[in-house]
Amino acid sequence: MLEIPKEKLLWIYETMVKIREHEERVAELFAQGKIPGFVHLYIGEEAVATGVMAHLRKEDFITSTHRGHGHFIAKGGNIKASMAELFGKATGICKGKGGSMHIADLDVGELGANGIVGGGIPHAVGAALGIKLNGLDNVAVAFFGDGASNQQNFHEAINLAAIWKLPVVFVCENNLYQISLPYSKQQAIKSVAERAVAYGIPGVSVDGQDVFAVYEVAKEAIERARNGEGPTIIEAKTYRYRGHFEGDPQIYRSKEEIEWWKNNKDPITIFEKTVLEKGLLTKEELDAVREKVKKEIEEAIKFAEESPWPKPEELLEDVFSTPTKGVLVWQW
Amino acid sequence: MAVVREITFAQALNEALDYEMSKDPKVVVMGEDVGQYGGIFGVTKGLLEKYGEERVKDTPIAESGFIGTGVGAAASGLLRPVVELMFIDFLGVAYDQIYNQAAKIRYMFGGKAKIPIVIRTVSGAGASAAAQHSQSLHALFVHVPGLKVVYPSTPYDAKGLLISSIEDDDPVVFIEHKMLYGVKGPVPEEPYSIPLGEADIKKEGKDVTVVATALMVYRALEVAEKLEEEGISVEVIDPRSLVPLDEETILNSIKKTGRLVIVDEAYPRCSFATDIAALAVSKAFDSLKAPVKLVTAPSTPVPFSPALEKEWVPSTEKIETAIREVL
Ligand SMILES: Cc1ncc(C[n+]2csc(CCOP(=O)(O)OP(=O)(O)O)c2C)c(N)n1
Repeated sequence: MLEIPKEKLLWIYETMVKIREHEERVAELFAQGKIPGFVHLYIGEEAVATGVMAHLRKEDFITSTHRGHGHFIAKGGNIKASMAELFGKATGICKGKGGSMHIADLDVGELGANGIVGGGIPHAVGAALGIKLNGLDNVAVAFFGDGASNQQNFHEAINLAAIWKLPVVFVCENNLYQISLPYSKQQAIKSVAERAVAYGIPGVSVDGQDVFAVYEVAKEAIERARNGEGPTIIEAKTYRYRGHFEGDPQIYRSKEEIEWWKNNKDPITIFEKTVLEKGLLTKEELDAVREKVKKEIEEAIKFAEESPWPKPEELLEDVFSTPTKGVLVWQW
Repeated sequence: MAVVREITFAQALNEALDYEMSKDPKVVVMGEDVGQYGGIFGVTKGLLEKYGEERVKDTPIAESGFIGTGVGAAASGLLRPVVELMFIDFLGVAYDQIYNQAAKIRYMFGGKAKIPIVIRTVSGAGASAAAQHSQSLHALFVHVPGLKVVYPSTPYDAKGLLISSIEDDDPVVFIEHKMLYGVKGPVPEEPYSIPLGEADIKKEGKDVTVVATALMVYRALEVAEKLEEEGISVEVIDPRSLVPLDEETILNSIKKTGRLVIVDEAYPRCSFATDIAALAVSKAFDSLKAPVKLVTAPSTPVPFSPALEKEWVPSTEKIETAIREVL
C-alpha cells in the first residue's frame, strides 16, 4: 500500500462518508416525494470517485454520468446548491433546470453530468485538448459505466485521445449492470480495460471497492497524463447497492447478491478496518468525521427545503448568452 | 353489445406486439431492457418468456448500432424488426440510421427494397425528466421523406395503429407519450388494425376546430367539455398519424367551423403545429373567419423543476384562451 498522508486519509474517509450519507438521505427524500424526476444513486461505488479525485486539483476537469452525485461531491462541488438543484429550486446549481441527472459545477472543474449514456466522454477529451493546446499540466477524467463502454462515443473519444496523446483518464465504473443487463451479456471480454489494446494505450483493472487500490492505479494514470504520456483506461470493478434508479424493482438480481457485496465488499467498512488495524486513524477521528458530515448534509437539505421555487419568467432565461427578446416564441 | 374491457395504453401496445409476434415469426423486438425487464415502461413485458431470447433481444446501449442492425435486417427481407429507442431524446446518437438509411434506401434502390422496420420511441414532458428526457421531437421525423410517423392518444388507437405499423412495409416511427402509458380505455381483446393516415374526430362540434396530438387531445377535450356548457361547440380532431396525414378530415372540419386552433406539445418553430397552420391557410383560406391560433410549448429546453415544467407544457387555460380568441 502506498504511503498516504494522514490529512489525505481523513479527506478520503470524509468524502466516502459524505457521498454515502448524501445518497441515503436523497433516497429518503425521493421516497417522500420531495425530489422529483429520475434519481440514480452512487451508494456502494464511493471508493471509485474518491480514489481518483484524491489526485485531482480544482483546475482539473471531470465529466460525469446520470449517476453523478458522487463525482460531484468528491470533486468538491457545492452541496447546498446541488441539493437545491435536486429539489428543483431557484437556488439550485443549475437554477432548477438540470436536476439529478445534470448536476454540474464548473467552479470545481465538473464539466457536467449527462442524461445521455456515453455523452460526456468526448467532452473530457475536448477539455484535455484545451489543456494541451494551452500548455497546462492539468488533466481531465471521464467517468462512465460498463454499459457506456459499448457506446460509439466511448470508442470514438478514446481513439482521438490516444492518437493525440491527450492528458485524459477514462474511468469505467463497472458496477456489473446496465440497468438490468448483466456485464456478461454486454461484452465478450472479461474486463473493459482490455479494450485499451484496441487503441494502443494502457488499460488496468482494479478492485473498485478498495479505495487504496483505486488510489494507487489512479495515481499512476493521472501522473502519466500530466506528464504528457497520454490516456489510460481504468476499469474499477464495483457494485451499486440500490436499484438502477430509485423505484427500480430490481427483478434482474437477487437480494443475496446485494447482501454479499454489502457484507464483504463495502468500501467504507474496508477503509475503516484497514486504518484502524494499522493504527493510521483512531475511532474517535472517524466518528468526528461522520458527525461533521451528517451536519453538513442536514444543512444542505434545510437550505434546499427553505429555498424558493423558480419564478415562471425564469423559464425563458438562459437559452442564449445574449438577450433573446422577441426571438423566443411561446404563442402565436 | 358485449362490454369491452378497459386496459392501459402500455398494455394495448403489448397486445399488439404479442399478436404480431405470434402471427409472424419474422417479427422481432430489439432494444435496451426490452427482454427480462420488459421495457422501462413495461410495453414489452412477457414477450421474452413467450418468444425467447432469439426474438426478444436486449441490446447494449448502442442505438446507432442496433437501429442500423434493424434496418439491415428489414432490408434483407428476412425480418420485420420492432426496435425500441428508449427516449425520443436519444435520437441524436442514432439519427443517421433513421433519416439517411431507413428512410432513403428504398428510394435510392429505385423502389426495389422494402424496409419493414418500426422504431418505437417515447416522447413528452410531465415527468420532471429535464431537457434530455422530455422532448416532443416528432417534427424531426415528419420533416424527412421516407418515414411514416404515428402518434396515438388512446389505448384503442395505440393497439390498432401498432398492428398496422408492424404490418406496413415502410419504416414507421411510432411515438408514445410517456404520460399516456397508464391511461386506461376500452380495447377489444381481438386484434384489429387502424389504417395509417386516418384522423379521428374525438368530439364533433361546429364553432371551432381544434387539432391536437397525443396528451394534448385530452386537454383539448377537457376544454371542449367546459365550453360546451356555455354553448360553444368545439370539434376535436386527433390526426393519429402525422405521416401520412389525413388532410381531408382536417380541412373538412375547418370548412365547417371556419376557425382553427392547433395544440401540440413540441417546440413551436418548424413544427407540426405550423405545418397544420400552413395547411389551413393554403387550402382552406377562404373558409377562415379568424386567424389560426397555435398553442405550443415555448422555444426553450424543457426545464426540470415542476414549477417551470408545468408552465412549459400547453395547459387547458392556454387552450381555452386561444379558442376564445378565435371566436
Ligand atoms: C444514449 C442513452 N441510451 C440509453 C439511456 C438510458 N439509460 C440510462 S442509464 C443506462 C444504463 C447505464 O449503464 P452503465 O453505463 O453501466 O452505468 P450505470 O447506470 O451502471 O452506472 C441506460 C440504458 C441513456 N440515458 N442514454
